[in-house]
Amino acid sequence: MTFPTIIRRPLLLLLPVVIAFALTALCLLVLGADPLEVAQTVWEGAFKDTAKLAGVLNFWIPLTLTSIGLIITFTAGLWNIGVEGQMMAGAIAASWSALYLPIPQPELCVVACVMCGALGGAGWALMVGLLKTRFGVNEIFGGVALNAIINTIAIYLISGPWQPLEGGSAQFTPPFPTEAWLPVMSPDFQVPLFMLILAVVAVIGVVLALKGTRFGLELRAAGKSPRSALLLGVPVTRSALLALVLCGVLAGIGGSQRVLHTYHSLRPLVSGGIGFYALLIALLANFRALPVPFLTFVLAAIVAGSTRVSILLGIDQSLIGVFQGILVLVILMTAGLRQPRSDAGKG
Amino acid sequence: MNDPFLNMLNSVVANATPLVIASMGEVLTERAGVINLSLNGSILLSAMVGVAAASISGTALVGIVAAALMGALIALLLAFTAIRLRQDQVAVGFVLTLLCGDLARFLGKPFNNLPNPIIVPNLPIPILSEIPVIGRVFFQHDIFVYFSVLLVIAVWWWLYRTRPGLTLRAIGERPEAAFSRGARVNLLRYLYTAIGGALVGVAGAAYSLGIKAGWSSSPTMDGDGWIALAIVIFAGWHPFRVVFGAYLLAAMRAIASGIQQSPDIHISPVLLNMLPWLLMLGTLIVVSGGVVERLVRLMPIRFQDSARTLLRSTPPASLGTRFDGD
Repeated sequence: MTFPTIIRRPLLLLLPVVIAFALTALCLLVLGADPLEVAQTVWEGAFKDTAKLAGVLNFWIPLTLTSIGLIITFTAGLWNIGVEGQMMAGAIAASWSALYLPIPQPELCVVACVMCGALGGAGWALMVGLLKTRFGVNEIFGGVALNAIINTIAIYLISGPWQPLEGGSAQFTPPFPTEAWLPVMSPDFQVPLFMLILAVVAVIGVVLALKGTRFGLELRAAGKSPRSALLLGVPVTRSALLALVLCGVLAGIGGSQRVLHTYHSLRPLVSGGIGFYALLIALLANFRALPVPFLTFVLAAIVAGSTRVSILLGIDQSLIGVFQGILVLVILMTAGLRQPRSDAGKG
Repeated sequence: MNDPFLNMLNSVVANATPLVIASMGEVLTERAGVINLSLNGSILLSAMVGVAAASISGTALVGIVAAALMGALIALLLAFTAIRLRQDQVAVGFVLTLLCGDLARFLGKPFNNLPNPIIVPNLPIPILSEIPVIGRVFFQHDIFVYFSVLLVIAVWWWLYRTRPGLTLRAIGERPEAAFSRGARVNLLRYLYTAIGGALVGVAGAAYSLGIKAGWSSSPTMDGDGWIALAIVIFAGWHPFRVVFGAYLLAAMRAIASGIQQSPDIHISPVLLNMLPWLLMLGTLIVVSGGVVERLVRLMPIRFQDSARTLLRSTPPASLGTRFDGD
């Protein structure tokens, strides 16, 4: 192309978005739906009134927590596919404390539940880490297996031990006591302020920690080249485990929001696929922390808006995954086109 | 030998078959130095395409061909992005696995739970199927099972007994050396990735036109693509060990479902669903950790070397790397 750089740069950034929209529209046309109608329904579903906007933010909080956690593990060069399971582990741990942990002061109850969720996520992430560092199991396979295992455990707990004695539904646990509900900002704007603040703090914390601390530098070194980092005296194993645990904490907090606020009970697949959305967000952000909160906001709007699409137009939620997948794939491909051919030997 | 037991063995062979076919495709791809991580999504999408093509055309063969083409297409997309556009193979494969899975669920909607799904018929092999026990277990299956057996032998023969097979192993181990001997490394990588992908597609059809006939929005074979990838590692990238891994897993599943049906043992069926994943972790720990080495050291010295070659699992040396020579 002979365009000057100043035009070519934004063009190459915009091109994937256009292609992704076009291909998704094509998929909709194949199924006989009107893409414009779908787009309008999504928009209204996300931004029509404050209640809808609250829905967007309620999805943004766990998605951002999880995505920013993944930035830490990706910086350390780890493919933490197990993040979905770490959310589930957080959700299960938070549910356990909401249902069974006796806490004398009711105002401390919900904080304790979130902390349990964080611990649950951290524990499950530590399993991925130990499988990798102690037993040589690649984190991708460890993560996939642990995802499946924690989902099975969740279904087991819901359908068995956590059912009330008088019998209940096999689909979800009994609702939590109201002390374990996250307090919301106002009845019209049902967003838990505590979690919103946590998410914002997490984003700022990760951005600063990766940029300006010794820990961030060690992670980046370990991610770029574990061998040379080790030779330079970076404790590679320890920083990998620490990165996973931090990601697990954030994913676990995200998982707690799903049970302590969104559903007020534990159900199967309570994470709603957020872990996989988050992995694609990390790829979209090119593993940088700063773009994450903005990308997650766009995606949260699409997800929250499309719940109406599936109700009104009968279109499956997998459409979001299709759109996001195409977008990431096209971005990877255009990134390849951008490299000049002469760079070949450097990679 | 009682009949239920023979039926169980028969179903072990049937259930292991798609895993064998998919893993064999991945062995070819990874031996050439390319990781195709899209297996789980590829299997789902080609299974859906197989059902769609078969139900539109009315013949199972069209479905199988369409599924194979779908698998090859996904693999070629991966190869193009990884080789020509020089992107990370793991990233591309991972995006493709999610994208293809969602595409299958989204586009497959018109084919959800069709009333009479097309099934590839069972073809008992004339004389062999009359043999007691063995005939019942091995020779009363659909063509996918016979195909998988021939495939394993063919892949083994190709890898270890032919000159092009030697070149295939060379481009996965030492691409520079192979290149200097005249091998067209990247062209061959495209070729073997496409063939491997086509086999993954056939595996998808083996589910949706065979043992798990039809298509639904929560497909039962979801997850098996990851298990197939793990079997390749467990197998140390060797065709015969792939068969062992796939049959071991299918046998464990059969035992688990046998336990579920027995009235005397009470284990939650939900927990039994964990079994394949625990087995996957266990086998990966055994082959990649120090467990093998410790076991080998216990043996008499003169068996140690052969035991090591038999048990250990080392990936092709240039797996997942780029080659920019040609």
